[in-house]
Amino acid sequence: MSTASSQPSVLPAPGSRGPDIAFKWVAAMAAAMIVVLIVLVGFELYWGSRLALAKFGPGFLFSSEWDPVQDKYGALPFIFGTLVSSLLALLIAVPLGIATALFLTELAPIRLRQPIVMAIEMLAAVPSVIFGLWGIFVLVPWLRDYLFVWLKHYLGFLPLFQGPIYGVSMLAAGIVVAIMILPIITSISREILRSVPNLQREAAYALGATRWEVLKIAVLSYARRGLFGAAVLGLGRALGETMAVTMVIGNRPQISASLFAPGYTLASVIANEFTEATSDLYLNSLFELGLVLLGVAVAVNVVAQIMLKSMTGSGPIKVS
Amino acid sequence: MAASPYLPTEKFARWRKLKSTAVTGVLVVCAFAVIAPLFLVLYFLLVHGSSSIDWNFFTQLPKPTGETGGGMANAIVGTITLLTMASLVGVPLGVLGGIYLGEYGSDRANDWLRFAADVLNGVPSIVWGMVTYLILVVPFKGFSAYAGGVALGLMMVPLVMRTTEEVLVLVPQSYREAALALGVARWKVIMVIVVRTALKGIATGVIVALARIAGETAPLLFTALGNTFWSHNLKEPISALPLQIFAYAISPYDDWHRQAWAGALVLMALILALNITVRVLSRDRNMSH
Repeated sequence: MSTASSQPSVLPAPGSRGPDIAFKWVAAMAAAMIVVLIVLVGFELYWGSRLALAKFGPGFLFSSEWDPVQDKYGALPFIFGTLVSSLLALLIAVPLGIATALFLTELAPIRLRQPIVMAIEMLAAVPSVIFGLWGIFVLVPWLRDYLFVWLKHYLGFLPLFQGPIYGVSMLAAGIVVAIMILPIITSISREILRSVPNLQREAAYALGATRWEVLKIAVLSYARRGLFGAAVLGLGRALGETMAVTMVIGNRPQISASLFAPGYTLASVIANEFTEATSDLYLNSLFELGLVLLGVAVAVNVVAQIMLKSMTGSGPIKVS
Repeated sequence: MAASPYLPTEKFARWRKLKSTAVTGVLVVCAFAVIAPLFLVLYFLLVHGSSSIDWNFFTQLPKPTGETGGGMANAIVGTITLLTMASLVGVPLGVLGGIYLGEYGSDRANDWLRFAADVLNGVPSIVWGMVTYLILVVPFKGFSAYAGGVALGLMMVPLVMRTTEEVLVLVPQSYREAALALGVARWKVIMVIVVRTALKGIATGVIVALARIAGETAPLLFTALGNTFWSHNLKEPISALPLQIFAYAISPYDDWHRQAWAGALVLMALILALNITVRVLSRDRNMSH
């Protein structure tokens, strides 16, 4: 073999482990930044809201007063708005998303799958502010003139569909958010359904089940937990949606039974009022709203991750 | 089932088949309902956007309230500036973190770090704006391009980290072993052999992250803030396309609405271009492996 006369320059001089260790530490510190960032985000929001936390205590969550002039703040209308708009979005997006995932994995001809998947990926790429713009000038006028009128006419006996129609409303926000979370729900559901073993389907077909019965008995019931995880992940996204919601929800801090009434969410009140917060307590209250939003969003995300992990991790065997 | 001898009648079988067909129909309708909004959004973007876009849009500054005309030249440059700064923050941190996950970390530590990255990914974007406001805007007494860049950059970190790790583990183990056997230092093996081999994949991940943050508005509202003139100093507020679109969309002026559509069309084109680049890059990668 070669003689020891000329060593390539890449060889370390004896005992020069220094650069190696240094590099490892730099990489480790970059990775640790993830944890640092989580702590930092939580701490900064706590720090930013300490005045409001001290002044209002837990009552902040249950007060529906939001009056910057008298320096009195409560989070209830915003929590209500966030929950209602997100749940509406889920109500629309989860059935549609799972149905689309079923179509893509079980029914669609191969040639049709790729274009539809691509369209859904493109939908995911549309920025929130563009959905908002489209919402203001296209969707909301259409809802106001057609869908809402129709709903009021036929379902007006329900308190949900009563009261004046402005267009900008809780329901409009729910619909826009539904469109925005559809891609994530569809793509995760698709992954889950693809991990359902073919044996499941074949067994059901062998028993003489029709296509729908196979989906119901063999596929959906098997994938139940994972699909639930997909829905929870969608909820996590919906809660934090800011721009599009701000543009179509009407921005009025009120609690109303009607879905036609304007509302306000945690994220949109922060977006609208943050730079206008004149007093320290005002700004602190906005930070506390952020803290509530962060807490709920992180909790929901953790639940979703755990559910999805238990579905994909502890392993249905991939047969494909 | 054995208890009651159950004989499916012809009629019942037909009913089951009918139900199955009906459900199939519903699924098809749902699938098309899901992609319909994409075409509706793109259609209106093209119709309203292309009729409002002109040369001035790319070369002029926004006009003061009440005057028609003007453009978003500063916002286009601002978006590019912010994306560059975000990359300077997000790419080194994300790639190095991904290197740790892919090359060094123990399984247990990696599980936790991945989990943390996924949780961080779920932090609402407006929260990043608030946090950056406290870290960079308050201490330095002013909204700045720096703050906007950092807010976007921090959002990139978990995304870039996860994709970097994913492509690093695709690099064959034999490459590392061959280099180590030649006596090459581990960090050089990683930087010169492993990262170089996976470079295209890493670049793809970075562009995916850029496409994700290019349209972000919420983190910029109280960091970059936006303005209507050229920014010559990164310590001052800077405009960005999403900020300008938002400001114009909620304004009461028709001419500003027109410009908002034009801005949205340009922003969408930018994001689509990034996504197409990703597609081209990852197609090449799939072929080479």
